[in-house]
Order: sequence, then structure tokens, then C-alpha cells
Amino acid sequence: MKEQNISILEQRFQEKIDNDIKIEPRDWMPDNYRQTLIRQISQHAHSEIVGMLPEGNWITRAPNLRRKAVLLAKVQDEAGHGLYLYSATETLGADREELIDDLHSGVAKYSSIFNYPTVTWADMGVIGWLVDGAAIMNQVPLCRCSYGPYARAMVRVCKEESFHQRQGFEIMTNLMKGTSEQKAMAQDAFNRFWWPSLMMFGPSDADSKHTEQSVKWKIKRHTNDELRQMFVDATIPQAELIGLTIPDKDLKWNEERGHYDFGEINWDEFWQVVKGNGPCNKDRVDTRRRAKEEGMWVIEAANAYAEKIKVRKAS
Amino acid sequence: MTNKEWPLWEVFIRSKQGLSHKHVGSLRAADAEMAIENARDVYTRRSEGISIWVTESNNMFASNPNEADSLYEPSDSKIYRHPTFYEVPDGIEHM
Amino acid sequence: MNSLFEYLLRLGDDSLIIGHRLSEWCGHGPILEEDIAMTNLSLDFIGQATSIYKYAGEVEDKGRSADDLAFLRFDREYKNLILLEQPNGDFGMTMMKQFLFDSYRKPLFERLIHSSDDMIAAIAAKSLKETKYHLKHSSEWIIRLGDGTEESRNRVQDSLDTLWRYTSELFFEDSVDEELKSSGIVPSMDGIKKDWSSYVGEILNRATLTIPINNWEQEGGRKGMHSEHLGYILTELQYMQRAYPGMEW
Repeated sequence: MKEQNISILEQRFQEKIDNDIKIEPRDWMPDNYRQTLIRQISQHAHSEIVGMLPEGNWITRAPNLRRKAVLLAKVQDEAGHGLYLYSATETLGADREELIDDLHSGVAKYSSIFNYPTVTWADMGVIGWLVDGAAIMNQVPLCRCSYGPYARAMVRVCKEESFHQRQGFEIMTNLMKGTSEQKAMAQDAFNRFWWPSLMMFGPSDADSKHTEQSVKWKIKRHTNDELRQMFVDATIPQAELIGLTIPDKDLKWNEERGHYDFGEINWDEFWQVVKGNGPCNKDRVDTRRRAKEEGMWVIEAANAYAEKIKVRKAS
Repeated sequence: MTNKEWPLWEVFIRSKQGLSHKHVGSLRAADAEMAIENARDVYTRRSEGISIWVTESNNMFASNPNEADSLYEPSDSKIYRHPTFYEVPDGIEHM
Repeated sequence: MNSLFEYLLRLGDDSLIIGHRLSEWCGHGPILEEDIAMTNLSLDFIGQATSIYKYAGEVEDKGRSADDLAFLRFDREYKNLILLEQPNGDFGMTMMKQFLFDSYRKPLFERLIHSSDDMIAAIAAKSLKETKYHLKHSSEWIIRLGDGTEESRNRVQDSLDTLWRYTSELFFEDSVDEELKSSGIVPSMDGIKKDWSSYVGEILNRATLTIPINNWEQEGGRKGMHSEHLGYILTELQYMQRAYPGMEW
């Protein structure tokens, strides 16, 4: 009887999703749907938060006042986006600090791109342009995802991120209009970040274990390979326009498909970075863990003070 | 590590004079003053609001979605509550 | 010496240097909400510095832009308070520095909005709005941390003991101020100091903190004589402009 009930509930749940009716926090949902969402949204949140670090690395060295303000605002937005997303997980019954502890203990994953170092100013350009560009490609379809709080958070995130990509492309454009040193700096950054950006869309569809169910639940609206292709198609003309050379000898326009063909991604590298062996994995996680540990006394003090005020008001 | 978290707060923002406050999300804060300031810093970075309400999430009470049938559907049949239910003869304006 | 230019550098460098220090927190705050809050403070200060330097460049009239003034002067030419270049330390130290400075900036801008110099009055009007919020934020934190746990009280009392020696410089005045006061461009420090002392005293009292005595008072920033910390700030701040001179970014 109980099993039968659940299958009826599941059937109704799927009907809602098929009819594009959003699922809201207190609605019945399959346990797997809830867990998959918590995993997906928290990974996304972790990526925003860890993603603050490679760019944060250049805030104090930004070349002029305008760039400094823009970079600060952008990195701050990432903190905001992480916060919106953690909020969405909390509507599913997750606890933000527990999720963050999973990040700090290495249990939880985040986007592998943030494990690459930012070694020159041009990296600020290429990250805004490519990394945020890839993120937008991923995120725009999620504004229509089936879970209401996630979809609403993504609407907000996408609205705010449109400036991120533009400021990155503006940095690249300026560099490519500049001196030979600046052009070389831009090309070098592009060479280093091009392939990792393509890896941001995750393993190829053949190796992606979550995709099918997630598409059915509409918490993922395109497959990894579809999104990757969209990204390549959109980005190549932009790179060519400002005079960058794409570091892929196999890249060519395929008239028949109406898409660019591109070379094989180095999946060994991808999996190594995912497993924690990227150039900055340890630094990134250690930095975030330290921020939390060193701030714990502040959290405790504010709680203690709030308690005192309650007591004083009551007496 | 033991987590000594701040309570969760729900944030409502009035985007401009004349509109009602709308739920925008949640955040963590130790007290109401901090919750308002955090809401200002987190949710109005692009001039999205001119007034903020916050309330601790555990003070929110919600209707049960399983009772939606009995709570909301009965009003669906009371179509006479809507002006379009009534016929107005041609030539009558401003009614 | 052009007194107005000199005064604007003091005002602008204060904003730049504290904004720079705050920006070091971005990504490292004790909790996400406060990380975002500190970046908002920093952005306000970078914005202030930009408009003040822009005007300073016009006053100087030698074709220097806001960026030239921010990025291309040497160590002894920066005129910020020594207080502001001090390292961030823990969150309590940063908030204490912020509190001591905000408590000075608010009465200063409240007077500068009446400056006979229209541009200064306009910059002060905008900055005052920001400063009121900064002060509310830092004051509340000082009270929370002071009256929070034993650990937080000890930490923030230590910060106060460390930073107090730099507070007399807030009210530094020399011939630059004298000249500008006589033409109604800047206010006297007397009233500002009075406001500062009474407000700081009140908040520290609520925070159950004790004002230290017998600290040797440190001054020099207003004349370009700094602590060793400024040099390292400039090393980062100026890196790009020095390494790639004259390029557009």
C-alpha cells in the first residue's frame, strides 16, 4: 500500500514537471530529486565561492581605479551568487554550514576551472570572458529549471552576470589593441584557459552519469556536450574579432553540421583536477577553510551578544 | 568543526514606493539589525530596493501544500465573485 | 605649495588606502554576508578616492589624472593617516580601525558639505551618506564584539590598545588647514575632535571596552612620513603601472 502511494505521488510529481509546473519547497518530491538538487546547487554555490579566489588574487594589483572597482564588484557578486544558491539549498532542508564543511573536507566538488592559477592581469580578462561566458551558457537554461527557488536564484544570477562577461571581454579587447607585450599577455592567458573552459561543461555525455534523470526532472535542460558546442560556436567569432589565435589545430567550421568541430579534450587532465590534483586545489580549499576557522570567534561573539540582548529585553 | 551558526532570516524588499514587499531570499544574521544590513548589502547592490523587511525563518508559518485542494479549489467555483460573470448591456460605460 | 591640492591628497589617500586594505578581505571574510558588506565599504572608498583625485588633478592643473595620482606617486608623497595603512589583522582589528576612522569621517563630512568650495561640498555630500552607513556598521560590530564573548572582548580590546596610538593624527592640522580654514574651504578640527571623542567614548563604553592611556602618539602620515606598511601596499597597488608604464588597461 505504502509503495503504491509513493508511485502515485511520483507519477503526479512527474506530471507536474512535464506540464512545466514549478516544484516549491514544501511540495512532495522524490528523495532522489531533493538529494540531486542539493548536490547540484551546492556544487554550484561552492564554485561561486571558490571562484572568488583566483580573481580576488588580483584585486590589490588591478591596473587602475576603474578596473579595481569593477573587479571588486564582480568578485563580490560571486559571493552574492553563492549566497543565493546556498539559500536555495536551505529551502530543501540542507544546512549551509554543513555543505560548506563538505567543501572544506574535500567531500564536495566545485568547478575545476578555479584550480588553475591566475598569473597575469590578462587572466582577469579571460576569466570574465570565457569562464563567466561558459557559466552563463550553463545557467541561462537553469532559469527555467523545475525547482522554483533554484530557478528564481538563477534568474537573479544571470541578470547580474551579464556584466561579468562584458568586463572580461573589454579587458581582452583593450589588451589586443595595446602594445606587443599586452597582446602576448592576452594570447598567453587565452592559451592557458581555453581548454579548461571547455572542460567546465563536464565529462562528455557518454561518461556523464547524472544527465538522463536530471533532464527528465528538468533540473538540467541540455547535455554537457550540447552546451559545450554552443559555447564554442559563440566564442570563436569573438576571439577572431579581437585577433586571438585559438589554440586548437583541429578547429574548423563544419558546414554540414552548422557547428565548429574542435579537438579532443584532455580528459586525463580534467579528472586529475577534479580528483584534487590541479595546480591550486589545495590552496583554494585551505584558504576557504582558514577564512571560516579564523572567523568562528566572530560568529560566536555575535551570537553571544544577541543572546544577551534577548535576556536584557526580557528582564 | 562544530557549527555555531547564525539564525536564518527571510528577506522581503519593496522595490519602489507604491509596491508591496516581495520575498527575495534568505540570509544568516545574529540579530535583526544585522539582518537588515546584510539584506541591504546582499540583495540591494543594484538599487533593487528602498525598504527591507526581515523575519527569522522559524517565525514563518506556511500553509500545507497537501491541503491545497481543500484550501484553494473551493474558491474556483465561485465565479460570481468576478466582474466578468455579469452581463452589462451595450452602451453602458464606466461600470 | 598648493594647499587645496595638498588637502585633497590627504582626503583622497585616506579613502584609497583604507579602501585598499578592505579589498584585501574580499574572499576571506568571516562569513559570506560580512565578506559582501566589507566589499561594499571598499567600493565606496575607491569611488570616493576616484572623485577626489580627479578634482585634485584639476586643481593642480598639471595634466595628472585620478589614476596618475593614485598609482604613480612615491612613498613620501602619499598623505594618508598612518592608522589606515596598518595591517588588517583579525576581523576585530579591521572593524576597530574602521570604527575609529568612520567616527572621524562623519563629523568631518558633516562640516565639509558647507565648504565654500562647491566641488568639495558635493563630494562631501555623497560621501557623508556612505559614511553614515559605514559608521553604523562598524559601531554595531564594536559593540557586538566588545560585549560578546570573553575571547572577542579580549581580541577587540587588544586591537583598540594597538590602534589608539594612531588616533591623535586624525586631528592633525598645519599651515595647509590654516590657509583653507581662512577661506572657509575646510572646518576647524576642534569641533570634529569633540564630536569624535564623545561618540567614540559612548560606543566603547557600550562595548565594555577601556580606552588605553599613556600610548605614545604616532603621527607623520599627513606629511608623507609613514610606517613600514605603506611601502608594501604601494608595491602591490603600483605593480602594473610600474611594470608596464604608460599602457591602457
